[in-house]
Amino acid sequence: MRLEYLPSPSPWRQAAAVALAILAALGVAGLVFWAYGVPPLTAYATLLRGTLADPNGWAEVLRRAIPLILVGAGLSLAFRAQFYNIGAEGQIAIGATAAAGVALFWPIEAPWMLPTMFLAGFLAGAAYALVAALLRAGLGVNEILTTLMLNYIAYYLVQYLVQGPWRGRSLFGFAFTDPFPPQAVLPTLPGTLVHWPTLVLGVLLALLLQFLLSRTTLGFRLRVVGANPQAARYVGIPVGPTLLVAALITGGLAGLAGVGEVASIHKKLLDSSNITLGYGFSAIIVAYLARGQPAWAILTAFLMAVLFAGGDVLKVAFQMPFRVMDVFSGLFLLFLIASDFFAQHRVRWGR
Amino acid sequence: MEEVWAALLRSVIFGTPILIAALGNLLNERAGVVNLGVEGMMAVGALAAFATAQTTGSGGLGVLAGVLAGGLFTLPHAFVAISLRANQFVSGLALAMLGLGLAGLLGKRFEGQPLLAPLPEMPFVYLGFGLAVALWAFLYLTHAGLVLRSVGENPAAADLLGIPVYRVRYWAVAAGGMFAGLAGAFLAVSYRSSWTEGMTNQLGWIAIALTIFVAWEPLRAVLGAYFFGLLYYLGFALQDSAIPSVFLQALPYALVIVVLALVAWRRRQGAAPEALGLPYERGRR
Repeated sequence: MRLEYLPSPSPWRQAAAVALAILAALGVAGLVFWAYGVPPLTAYATLLRGTLADPNGWAEVLRRAIPLILVGAGLSLAFRAQFYNIGAEGQIAIGATAAAGVALFWPIEAPWMLPTMFLAGFLAGAAYALVAALLRAGLGVNEILTTLMLNYIAYYLVQYLVQGPWRGRSLFGFAFTDPFPPQAVLPTLPGTLVHWPTLVLGVLLALLLQFLLSRTTLGFRLRVVGANPQAARYVGIPVGPTLLVAALITGGLAGLAGVGEVASIHKKLLDSSNITLGYGFSAIIVAYLARGQPAWAILTAFLMAVLFAGGDVLKVAFQMPFRVMDVFSGLFLLFLIASDFFAQHRVRWGR
Repeated sequence: MEEVWAALLRSVIFGTPILIAALGNLLNERAGVVNLGVEGMMAVGALAAFATAQTTGSGGLGVLAGVLAGGLFTLPHAFVAISLRANQFVSGLALAMLGLGLAGLLGKRFEGQPLLAPLPEMPFVYLGFGLAVALWAFLYLTHAGLVLRSVGENPAAADLLGIPVYRVRYWAVAAGGMFAGLAGAFLAVSYRSSWTEGMTNQLGWIAIALTIFVAWEPLRAVLGAYFFGLLYYLGFALQDSAIPSVFLQALPYALVIVVLALVAWRRRQGAAPEALGLPYERGRR
């Protein structure tokens, strides 16, 4: 047996490799369910019945897709520039915090309140990602570790605010802020938690990032910096500033996702693990599946959203802990990066 | 004075799982393989140790199970990162997620159950210290250690000399997982002597940062780990003081960032193994 390198595998071959990776990941996850004491087919049947076979399930899927599109599109762009932002969880939390600050302490009139909150969330998320990007561009510090640590710092910052200075006066005994005023709450589709303005914003921004990446000079620079930093430097592309732009965009979009969650579903600021729910980590798989194409993230976010909503169904039906989503995420990521190798190599038997 | 000694002792005890996990990570990084999955390996090791100790009644068997589980659990990462030459950072991250997920799911039935015969803490403290010295001796005094370091510094040259690069890297990654499993086992059957979801508490990530902080030197890792142990102890001990406890709890993470920045600024990463994080493919330059 020997391996033959394929410099440019056909799209069909790549698609087949991804499909096989997804099937393998679902298969191994099935084994884990079996070890937990739930027959795999029962688990998956329950998952599908509670999501795609049910109108309320669809609404749940759509709601989960909203933050995943925003964060996933931003991460797709960042990964193209080889900026491995693992800190979306923290950026979502910081974006939510900035929006809550505006909603609670800045009496703005109706039409301008929500845009101001989204702007504040974008800027806060972008600034938070910038910390790691500056360390990477200036000193070469690995951004995976720094963005991950910033997640925990953001978590404790929100804890401090909701337990201390921002703690609500209307509800005693809870670590919440007061509820947002009505002009700071997003409309939802009737009877669901689908905050459609954020959904529209996410789809538009994903398309915009796609245009930026494939049709503009900045997009070209991002791609070259990611593919070959030496070459980028040689042709005069400023590598550091380009990385900073990638970080601002990815952090900003995660911040927007945080605004959407607190302005619709929670209507207040609370323990940030209840806001981020692991969206920031699952969006890594959204971006990986999208192959660095932000527009594709609209589609792949939907796939992860099915798993997300399905994870909720499994939690309720079989009393599974919330970690079930990590099993899916870990297996998906592992099989997907393994599938790259098999997309790029052909196995030949004999000599 | 006695209070100070007691505080230092608690710090050393809490630094011990960080130390053991960091030593393991140091070992696989010295062979050139990054493994960000430490947190997941610790969780899997902790669960295997607790489950075994609970069912057999033997803490010693539990520790053994934790070590083995940690080692075996690294194999998907080793295969993807070494044989398939994929991005080691992404692969390790996947391992961290998978380990936390698996341990959270399969450990649910052990939640809240007490361990009848927990192991004492001090033997683990001595063991951690002994492992640091042993790892130093292995790396610098033995031929095998030289082989391991050469694979991490220049795999192509090592290959030319007939060193089986892939095999050395597989063993180094598996050994790193065994150390992480041991660290998790200490938490499960001794320090906490119970199973709780998320009880590894990000110590695995601290261990990875510590490896860089101590410039891949096992003896320096001892001091570094005890220092982080002290920080965690302070976060716990000063809970009721004037400083809001969330600041103290966030301190280790902030410090990791400061430390990484300082290390990068002073040394420009000069101490890292030359081939760290780079997949090796025979016949390619």
